[in-house]
Amino acid sequence: MDLFVSALQWLFAPERLTDSNAIPLRLGEHLFYTFVSLLIAAAIAIPVGYFIGHTGRGRDIAVGISGAARALPSFGLIVLLVLLVGVLLTPLAAIIAFVLLGIPSILAGAYAGLEAVDRRTIDAARAVGMTEWQILWKVEIPLGLPLLIGGLRGATLQIVATVTLAAYVGLGGLGLYIIKGLALRQFDQMLGAALLIAVLALLLDGLFAILQRVVVPRGVAAGQITPNVRSRSRRSRAAAELSAR
Amino acid sequence: MNWVLNNLDLIGRLSLDHLRLSLPPIIIGFIISVPLGWLAYRFKLTRGFLLTAAGILYTIPSLALFVILPPVLGISFLSELNITIALTIYAIAIMARSVAEALDSVDPAVRQSATAVGFGSWRRFWVVEFPLAGPVILAGLRVTVVSTVSLVTVGALIGIQSLGYLFTNGNERRIVFEVLAGVVMVVIIALLLDALLAFIGRKLMPWAPRRAKVEKTDLRGPIRRAGVA
Repeated sequence: MDLFVSALQWLFAPERLTDSNAIPLRLGEHLFYTFVSLLIAAAIAIPVGYFIGHTGRGRDIAVGISGAARALPSFGLIVLLVLLVGVLLTPLAAIIAFVLLGIPSILAGAYAGLEAVDRRTIDAARAVGMTEWQILWKVEIPLGLPLLIGGLRGATLQIVATVTLAAYVGLGGLGLYIIKGLALRQFDQMLGAALLIAVLALLLDGLFAILQRVVVPRGVAAGQITPNVRSRSRRSRAAAELSAR
Repeated sequence: MNWVLNNLDLIGRLSLDHLRLSLPPIIIGFIISVPLGWLAYRFKLTRGFLLTAAGILYTIPSLALFVILPPVLGISFLSELNITIALTIYAIAIMARSVAEALDSVDPAVRQSATAVGFGSWRRFWVVEFPLAGPVILAGLRVTVVSTVSLVTVGALIGIQSLGYLFTNGNERRIVFEVLAGVVMVVIIALLLDALLAFIGRKLMPWAPRRAKVEKTDLRGPIRRAGVA
């Protein structure tokens, strides 16, 4: 526990706000890389995902790609891209890696969100005379939003974690304290930074969790992945049937 | 390319190290996840607690977890045990949830039929519910395998020998092919283990829906589960 005390002391020392390696600077870098990459990944993955979800075309390819992409080691991908693109362009190389790692879950969120919409709802929309474009914008996208946000949430976590690793190739960010601490054997610095990174990840995750709930259109249960209609006892089942009537 | 041909023995040795580090977290994680998943499935109270705890642990980036765990457990930063425990935690975080969801997916009518023909709850679980939940559990296991194999590489940053060594060493020596060899080997090991599990699953569980259901979980899997690097 001593280590935790010294880690907190390190974290809250006044120099953390003032010296050349200040926390606000590193935190700013971390957030900057995370959100820029997330935006680029979203700009690529959402239209493609919506196209797949709306038309049903190319679905197998998308499933295959997101499956295979999960096997890619993010740490290796970063080092590889930095070496390929050039050490002088480390930020560019790193952002390419983050975008590549963020795309699969956003893509999956986009098309799964559209696929989860009840076909009868879409038929109904078509029957009342909506154009394909209106069906997409007024029916499918709003109903699929929670799953899309879920995809963005997964991508954000993936990117935040990978930005941490990218300190190894000289990108900066909060991971830098861990890499430096390792080299200098300063465990208070490593632990302090690790705690900060964990809190950052949890906060971002919580933010998306709230967003996921907020975007559910009122009165719509679709998209909430809680298939909790299991009935254990005969009594609760009977009650469920009663209330369903 | 020359580097790869000259260092095939190193790549082979590191691949074995990698496999040796990957398997215990997957196996231990699976063994722990079944009872935890059952607890989450059976009781509402434990469900909320367990799934929230799993979600929180899963959210912590791997490098941060590798640093936070040792002082909590009183082990060395640089020990293999550190990596094994951290990856076991991630494995449990993924699989406990998928076991709970898998048990949810068992048709209540089947469960009641089993009770009606005289199965006790212990035997009903192992003979009826667990096998029927199998395909969905397997989908979670496959996600775990792929993510564990990829996460082992991060251990190279704290000096644990695995294919991740090719990333750190290749970065220091600026050898693109060394890093590429590491990435390719990690992907190959992950996909091979994944294919092996899929094969075993087909042999052991011929009742698994051929595509539809498993694929649906697969498709939603990446959304929640792609979180850690």
